[in-house]
Amino acid sequence: MRFLSPDAYAKSIVASVQDYSLMCARAVANIFTRPRYTADIFTQMDSIGVGSLPIVVLTGFFTGCVLALQSAVSLKEFGAVNMTGGLVTMAMIKELGPVLTGLMVSGRNTSGMASEIGSMKVTEQLDAMRALGTDPLRKLVTPRLVAAVFMLFFLTIISDACGIGGGAFVAVTMLRLNAEQFFHTGYMSLAHGDIVEGLVKPLFSGFIIATIGCYYGLRTSGGTRGVGQSTTQAVVSSSVLIILVDFLVTQLMIGIFGR
Amino acid sequence: MTEFLSVGGPMIEFDDVTISFDRGPVLKNVSFQVALGETRILLGPTGSGKSVLMKLVNGLLKPDSGQIRVFGRLVSEMDERDLLVMRSHVGMVFQESALFDSLSVEDNVGYRLEEEHLDPREIRERVLEVLRFVDLEDAIDKFPDKLSGGMRRRVSIARAIIGRPELLLYDSPTGGLDPITSSTIIELVVKQRDVSHATCLLITHRLQDAFTLATNRYNLRANHMEPMPNHEVDAGTKFLVLQDGRVIFDGSTLELTHSSDPWLLGYIE
Repeated sequence: MRFLSPDAYAKSIVASVQDYSLMCARAVANIFTRPRYTADIFTQMDSIGVGSLPIVVLTGFFTGCVLALQSAVSLKEFGAVNMTGGLVTMAMIKELGPVLTGLMVSGRNTSGMASEIGSMKVTEQLDAMRALGTDPLRKLVTPRLVAAVFMLFFLTIISDACGIGGGAFVAVTMLRLNAEQFFHTGYMSLAHGDIVEGLVKPLFSGFIIATIGCYYGLRTSGGTRGVGQSTTQAVVSSSVLIILVDFLVTQLMIGIFGR
Repeated sequence: MTEFLSVGGPMIEFDDVTISFDRGPVLKNVSFQVALGETRILLGPTGSGKSVLMKLVNGLLKPDSGQIRVFGRLVSEMDERDLLVMRSHVGMVFQESALFDSLSVEDNVGYRLEEEHLDPREIRERVLEVLRFVDLEDAIDKFPDKLSGGMRRRVSIARAIIGRPELLLYDSPTGGLDPITSSTIIELVVKQRDVSHATCLLITHRLQDAFTLATNRYNLRANHMEPMPNHEVDAGTKFLVLQDGRVIFDGSTLELTHSSDPWLLGYIE
């Protein structure tokens, strides 16, 4: 294993951030210029969106179930079990729905993107693509970026709905609460800013998932071992960034909406 | 194409080109020219910089210093958009074929034409035409993982020539293949050279392949490769030998075989 001096390490990090930023800028700019690979966008939407549906539905549902069980225990101490619906709904829409969907889709798709593009890199398919007159950023990165941002938005809504559904299921069948009351307290607990916050977060998550997956794929080197390393690094970086950006967006939204 | 190529100038021109990677310089002050219609064979030990040189020609890498002109244009200073235009006039066969493994042979071969949004019927016709040229018409619906090494190279050649390029780059087209399959591939290269008269840059580790190219021609009537009459050598086939990133030989077949350089003689023998 080769060790870098502190200044070389710092330079490599700055260079990586610069490369990543340039790639993101070019991928976004490609959306507004021709040629556009519309068919590839739909293929990616199918892969990222429809392909991730089962994992998002199951995660959302069981998170809602657990949330209802755990919150009911605490709320019982204050005699406020009937507020379970409000707590589950608020938590799912503002935080858990967007973050868990981002993390789940990241685990599934960031790794897929990094390994697919990384394999293409080490087998010279990306060079072949360039030699055949195609810009790999335009063909591979931009469609994944558009598809991830678009589909994450809807996957999060589905996850929110499943989470609230799961919470309601537990509340009615195990906590013996009234379903109407569950949904009513949930609805009443929400404000406009909460919905906006919950729907802004997946846009960032989608951007991170696509760009980090593609970035690590494009910089892969070192054969099949390098593909494995890129895949692992991509998932780790993407997951950490999603939570970091979640924190920043939450702070921003509290600043804007005051809650 | 004519407006792309500067009339009268060399097809490829390297002027004092140097490129380095993390482990040090790979090419050092390399200068040479390849004339229009010439076949230039790149020889040299592994790691001497041949593949890097070929990627520099196609603008897939940028030199640290020096100038590279292809079609009379300064490739070393083109942006990616201009490079994509330039590459539409260049066909390239990669060392390990570099076929798109998620696409069928038909889609691989027709990729360039699909990118140019040609009519699907015309694409199909031209794909069949080039697959017939490489004798792989039956493999049109197969995927790369179902092809042998030799078949993959032939598909790669078909993909490179479908755009009727003026410049063809072959990066070790016979690397890792058995002698019989290698002969088939070299026969294809000779056939392509003598049919299209395109300028060609070819890397090989097999001297036998290099001398086959220099001493044979393709008989279109008999549909096979045959030796040049009276033991002649093809005047349009020249050699460039690299060692440790430097050009140590640049000349014709006869000049190479009559060289007195001890390293070169040892390498050839």
